[in-house]
Amino acid sequence: MSHSADQVTVARPSPRTVAPAPARRPKRKGRRWLTITLFLLPALVLFGVLVLLPMLLAMYTSFFDWNGLGGRPTDFIGLENFQRLLTDDIFLGDLRRGGLLIVLSLLIQLPLSLGIAMLLNQKLRGRAFYRLLFFVPYVLSEVITGVLFTMVFSPNRGLAEHIFGWFGFDDVGSTWLSDPNTVMYSLFFVMTWKYFGFHMILYLAGRQSIPNELIEAAQVDGAGNWQAFRHVTLPLLGPTIRISIFLAVIGTIQLFDLVWVLTGGGPLHASETLAVTMFNDGFRRSDIGYASATSIVMLLISLVFALGYQRFIMRRDIEGAITVMQEKR
Amino acid sequence: MATPTHYSRRSILGLAGLGAGAVLLGACSGDDDGGDSGGSATVEWWHIANTEPMLPVWDAMAKAYQSAHSGVTIKITPLENEAYKARLTTVTQAGTPPDIFHTWGGGVLKQQVDAGLVKDITADTADVRGTMIDVAMGPYEFDGKAYALPVDQGMIGFWYNKALFAQAGVTAPPATWGEFLDVIRKLKAANLTPIALAGKDKWPGHYYWAYLSMRIGGVDLLKQAGEDGNFNKPEFVTAGQRLKELVDLAPFQKGFLATEYGSPDGQAAMMGNGKAAIELMGQWAPSVQAEASGKPKGLGENLGFFPFPAVDGGKGTATDAFGGGGGFAIGKDAPDEAVDFLKNLLSIENQRKAAATGAIIPVVKGAEDALTDPNAKIVAQTLASASGFQLYLDQAYPPEVGQEVNETVAQLMAGKMSPEKVTQAITDVAQR
Repeated sequence: MSHSADQVTVARPSPRTVAPAPARRPKRKGRRWLTITLFLLPALVLFGVLVLLPMLLAMYTSFFDWNGLGGRPTDFIGLENFQRLLTDDIFLGDLRRGGLLIVLSLLIQLPLSLGIAMLLNQKLRGRAFYRLLFFVPYVLSEVITGVLFTMVFSPNRGLAEHIFGWFGFDDVGSTWLSDPNTVMYSLFFVMTWKYFGFHMILYLAGRQSIPNELIEAAQVDGAGNWQAFRHVTLPLLGPTIRISIFLAVIGTIQLFDLVWVLTGGGPLHASETLAVTMFNDGFRRSDIGYASATSIVMLLISLVFALGYQRFIMRRDIEGAITVMQEKR
Repeated sequence: MATPTHYSRRSILGLAGLGAGAVLLGACSGDDDGGDSGGSATVEWWHIANTEPMLPVWDAMAKAYQSAHSGVTIKITPLENEAYKARLTTVTQAGTPPDIFHTWGGGVLKQQVDAGLVKDITADTADVRGTMIDVAMGPYEFDGKAYALPVDQGMIGFWYNKALFAQAGVTAPPATWGEFLDVIRKLKAANLTPIALAGKDKWPGHYYWAYLSMRIGGVDLLKQAGEDGNFNKPEFVTAGQRLKELVDLAPFQKGFLATEYGSPDGQAAMMGNGKAAIELMGQWAPSVQAEASGKPKGLGENLGFFPFPAVDGGKGTATDAFGGGGGFAIGKDAPDEAVDFLKNLLSIENQRKAAATGAIIPVVKGAEDALTDPNAKIVAQTLASASGFQLYLDQAYPPEVGQEVNETVAQLMAGKMSPEKVTQAITDVAQR
């Protein structure tokens, strides 16, 4: 199914590939390297100082029992912080809750976004307005979203409480954020509200790069709407869907600001994520060594997922991009 | 595609990019003010009075000091409580504390002192300390040395709505824990929400467990546990069981686990709006009630105060006080003017001005006559005659122990943890 998609990527005509005159190539090579280096250097320096260095420092401090004060860490404890993680109920719970959010995202949030994107691709009065409307939540900052929904779900005078009250359900809307059993689903609801517009725009853009002739051809061959979607649109959307899944998973692993404002990880750690645990340990408990260990585990999970996903699932998408570049050269 | 002319232009752009990068990096190193104490000095002051009524009062005092001392600039950064804690943590970890910064004393201040971030001000401030009430300096001294000065010292106690008490037929505030539970039952029977509690913030909950431990085991019990890290003692378990008796009455508002303290539908606002009858809170409670509920006077005449009741058979007495206030520590690189300005804040005139707002209880003897609010006067009197004093546990103990107390007590109050498990969990963290 993904074959057809790759063919499209590879075969996409690239007018610029024809241009360069082969004879002048060797002469320009040296200067070309100089240019590339000069252009990359500022970014590399910033990346090194602001990304790589802190990462290495976190790795270093994760081997110490350190409260973050007083110069350098001195109390080397080897892998003890990591052993502690393995028996820490909050940390293990973070992994479970992160897994739940990922599963819910893949099963509910992304299909919903896809469905709405397909609807908004139809000829529809006020289509541009709906597209804008659904995209607006994504533009809001996480903090504003969090504050907004603490008010909506407020136990005493929240909007949800009122709305359910009209239908005669008292106490239904009031405990969404305060009951440990429901808080994860409330959090997922807010996440979906916030992010489905982003995935919708991705799918919409992907759908619009598919020539309508292909779908028309399928319909001429007798395919119904569902069949045309299932066998033509969906496979051609493959690359978009794969990148959208990738972004959703990585975003969920690193989820922090929305949870922090909405629930603070509570009640009773029931909505805590890895990043929230890390913040609590590091900044509330001044246990910087332990928090660093958590951050390293977070990094490893993200890294293994990202590399594995790119290697096995997005391989053909990326190869396509590389083929195009090689052709250009 | 690209001609040689383009190349040279690109190279120049590349260099420009490098330059921009260097500028950005340079900007990271930040500005270096303070430090030197010459004719002119800048004093960086971080406090947490980010709202009325104290914000303008502090501003005015800084302005007055500046006009009296030319060349001194006081740079004020007011921060909200939780934001302050997070931001101070980052600058102390970077080794660059502000010149004057808010502290609650206790374990956190001790850690900062041990890391060499705080100035020893024992000699410079002996004169001012002589003017203060007896229990004032406790949280700010270690090994006989002073590292900060308090500007506000109060205590935690029960604030209650007199009108709602009358509605439930309660005539006098309870004096024992048993009577207190009876009051809760009466309030419930009258269909009122007995207690407002900010479960999301956790620290308001730990007051109950700490006070019960203190009434049952005495002030020394908490001091001892802070030293040996052993909370596996019968007194702490009994405190948990007494608290469980309260929790079993379901006295808190619905959804209390997600309630914040100061938000528009939080604990303080519920009190200010008359939606709950009681809260266990510090001397700042009346002003936050007014602020959060949007009513300038709060409950006014209807607000009353009673100390945490005694527990039958307990070693502690009802005159032992639990609480704290706020003080200011001096950062290691602060100019001399910082100490001088801090002492100026503690002049009796300035303490009177601060006390007149009703938001703080002054520490300088004689300044309490500026208190106008009858409840604040009661707090000041109770405190002045206190038989013992204990700082909030989440400040008195090292941060990880304090946070564990807050979190395990929150679990207990949600009915998810037994009193024995609570003491075991705290002991595990304290002895790690």
